[in-house]
Amino acid sequence: MEDSVLTTEKIILETRNLSAGFDGKDVVKGVSFTVPERRVTAIMGPSGCGKTTFMRCINRMHELAPNAQVSGEVLLDGEDVYRINPILVRRRIGMVFQRPNPFPTMSIYDNVVAGYTLNGARVDRAERDQIVEETLRRVTLWDEVKDALYRRGTFLSGGQQQRLCIARALAMKPEILLLDEPTSALDPKATAAIEELIVSLKGSVTIVQVTHNIPQAARISDYTAFIHLGELVEIGPTNKLFTVPKDKRTEEYLSGKFG
Amino acid sequence: MSVLLIAILLSLVLSSRPALVANGFRFLTGSEWDPVTNSFHALPFVFGTLVTSVIALAIATVLSLALAILMGEYFRTGAFASIMRTAVELLAGIPSIVYGFIGLFFLVPAVRVIQIALGVPPFGVGILTSSILLAFMVLPYSASIGREMLMLVPADLKEAALSLGSTRSEMVWKVSLPFSRSGIMGGIFLSLGRALGETMAVTMVIGNSNSITLNLLSPGNTMASLIANEFSEAQGAVYLASLIEIALLLFVISTVINILGKMVINRMVETT
Amino acid sequence: MAGDLARAQGEGAMQTRPSVKRKAQGTDAELRGRLRGDKAFLGGVLAISLIATLPLVLILVFIIVRGASSINWQFLTELPKPMGEAGGGISNAIVGTLILIVLASVISIPLGILAGIFLSESGKSGLGRLTRLSVETLMGVPSIVIGIVAYVWVVRTMGHFSALSGGVALAMIMLPVITLSTEETLLLIPVSLREAALALGVSYPRTVMKVILPAGASGVITGTLLGVARAAGETAPLLFTSFGSPYMEYNILKPVASLPQTIFFYATSPYPEWQTLAWGASFVLLVIVLALNLVTKLVTSRWKIQF
Repeated sequence: MEDSVLTTEKIILETRNLSAGFDGKDVVKGVSFTVPERRVTAIMGPSGCGKTTFMRCINRMHELAPNAQVSGEVLLDGEDVYRINPILVRRRIGMVFQRPNPFPTMSIYDNVVAGYTLNGARVDRAERDQIVEETLRRVTLWDEVKDALYRRGTFLSGGQQQRLCIARALAMKPEILLLDEPTSALDPKATAAIEELIVSLKGSVTIVQVTHNIPQAARISDYTAFIHLGELVEIGPTNKLFTVPKDKRTEEYLSGKFG
Repeated sequence: MSVLLIAILLSLVLSSRPALVANGFRFLTGSEWDPVTNSFHALPFVFGTLVTSVIALAIATVLSLALAILMGEYFRTGAFASIMRTAVELLAGIPSIVYGFIGLFFLVPAVRVIQIALGVPPFGVGILTSSILLAFMVLPYSASIGREMLMLVPADLKEAALSLGSTRSEMVWKVSLPFSRSGIMGGIFLSLGRALGETMAVTMVIGNSNSITLNLLSPGNTMASLIANEFSEAQGAVYLASLIEIALLLFVISTVINILGKMVINRMVETT
Repeated sequence: MAGDLARAQGEGAMQTRPSVKRKAQGTDAELRGRLRGDKAFLGGVLAISLIATLPLVLILVFIIVRGASSINWQFLTELPKPMGEAGGGISNAIVGTLILIVLASVISIPLGILAGIFLSESGKSGLGRLTRLSVETLMGVPSIVIGIVAYVWVVRTMGHFSALSGGVALAMIMLPVITLSTEETLLLIPVSLREAALALGVSYPRTVMKVILPAGASGVITGTLLGVARAAGETAPLLFTSFGSPYMEYNILKPVASLPQTIFFYATSPYPEWQTLAWGASFVLLVIVLALNLVTKLVTSRWKIQF
């Protein structure tokens, strides 16, 4: 296991010896790593290696599964999220899922501010309008939907729906945005649009993205972590990791020896 | 929810206590029902319920099997299929009182005509009449279940039969039906459960006679129709409690049959 | 099974000796016989099926014909007249049925939906399975038995018949229908919806109430309408709970007339004038029940949310 402290950047999230799994069996084994602020950190690895489970531990979604177990620490800005109310944790950390899942009973407008309205927060009309426009502009969806704000989101294409979901998460102004293979269910054109979006968010939002698409990780991330069989094999700046990987397993994975 | 169910059970048991005490076990074996002498026995009604249900089931099985085969095999899609399916759904939704009404005005005179032709007393009402009516009432349920079971038959099994040169009817008879046998049986069980509890239609055409008779053309009574007829005017604690005891008996019997039916269907779905 | 079939058609369907092959395919006469049998089978199935649906035709035709002719404004707004007198109406029965349905709905809809939510969330747990068993059992209890229970609980306690007791009985009949269809609907909603809400930091109860339930609204409404349709047509439990009354009654603590009970009472009476009322009442009841079923279909096809 590599030394996982990244120098010079401010660390916003740190996991210490995080293990997690189901039914007594761990699929994430003692992962300790750090996420620098306002950068894109990709987590890659072959399918089934535990990367999604790992990420779901960060916003405490993993524990919702039956027979789930977690141990270790996850420090958000120094605070262990496992000592805070999980609902509060999830309001500070946003998540976008593999398949776009806008709320089908709500309009596009309502979807964007769903994080507020569902939680019973009182936000007046003007503020809501502002949040909707700002966030939709940020995900470059505003021009496409501004005349259809009050229609249900389900008529949008897959790529647009996914951008809507990103907007929904961003509207909460999260400290970290978790993306779980956000383009794996999309066609190439939509994928490119999302990748562009992620790159545009660099510098303003901290992003952690799980992907099994190696070229994608190379394209858009600043830092990459490689997880294999539940263990953190290596983590480092993307260009270094891809060109001069320190661990043999990383090298094998990158050259496609195992999928 | 389960609290509710247990409460119901307890209520029934408790309320029939006076009768349980007064009648004892002979309740189940005797055949006299006389409010005047306070002698109450369930046998004629258990008999009536079982006989009408069994006959109804026999008729309904044939009818619903035909419907199931029609909708599950020959006409799965298309306009005719939709019409038939809607028809069956509508049949299932018609209130029992309406069935009883139609039965009273059409089935009874029809049976009477037949009885006159046969030279037997033209009651019109009776066990057979109510069995026929009952059959039509329960067939939508077993038809729907039968259709669903037939649609579960794997296509490759049917194709295997056809590719060996069997005709479609042979395939249905020898492959589809045996495969879905247990599911269809389960459907029949559930229909039995419904038939046991059916009250109004039966009450209107059964003739309300409290004796045991093997003559299907004569009047009789079922547990449900007995209660329907006599409860609102019953006087006397033991009389009332005996009627409640009959309700308890009905509850137990229909619950057992329903559970058995569900088990059979579940096993069928699991093994598919 | 394939082996059986081969044997049934004659041994050795796969061998090629001419005499045996002949046997396998059968003679021409046999083949024609089988084809005839095939057609006869379909014919038989069709014929029997049509017989099975005969009552539907009978019911619809006759009730519409005879019943519709009785319908006029007078019929719908007047009270029944004493025996032997022509005319009169069933206004009290219509109002009564409405009262009973409202009572039953108030009791059973909230309980039923809650139970349905519970079952869809924890259906596999011990308590969940027990509850489901209870609900399914309740569904199969004959309505007359439910009537007796309502009698024991309400009529005996109050000392007299009442609409309230009828409402309680109908509620017990509606409850399992609503519960099971709510559960079924909610189970169809994809997990990703729940996760999306939870990931936004929405608490679990709010997720259920504000995201999952609205998404399943059409199914829940359908289930409710079906429950109402079933309850509206029930007669047996009302015979000794709401009992019936020749008067217009708005007080739920008093006995009340209802459509099914009215039909029973008048149809089995010996007076032709009353029997006419029964035809008309059947028509009204049928219209209500079929309309509810139709609305259910419309709700499902138009409002159903696709995922």
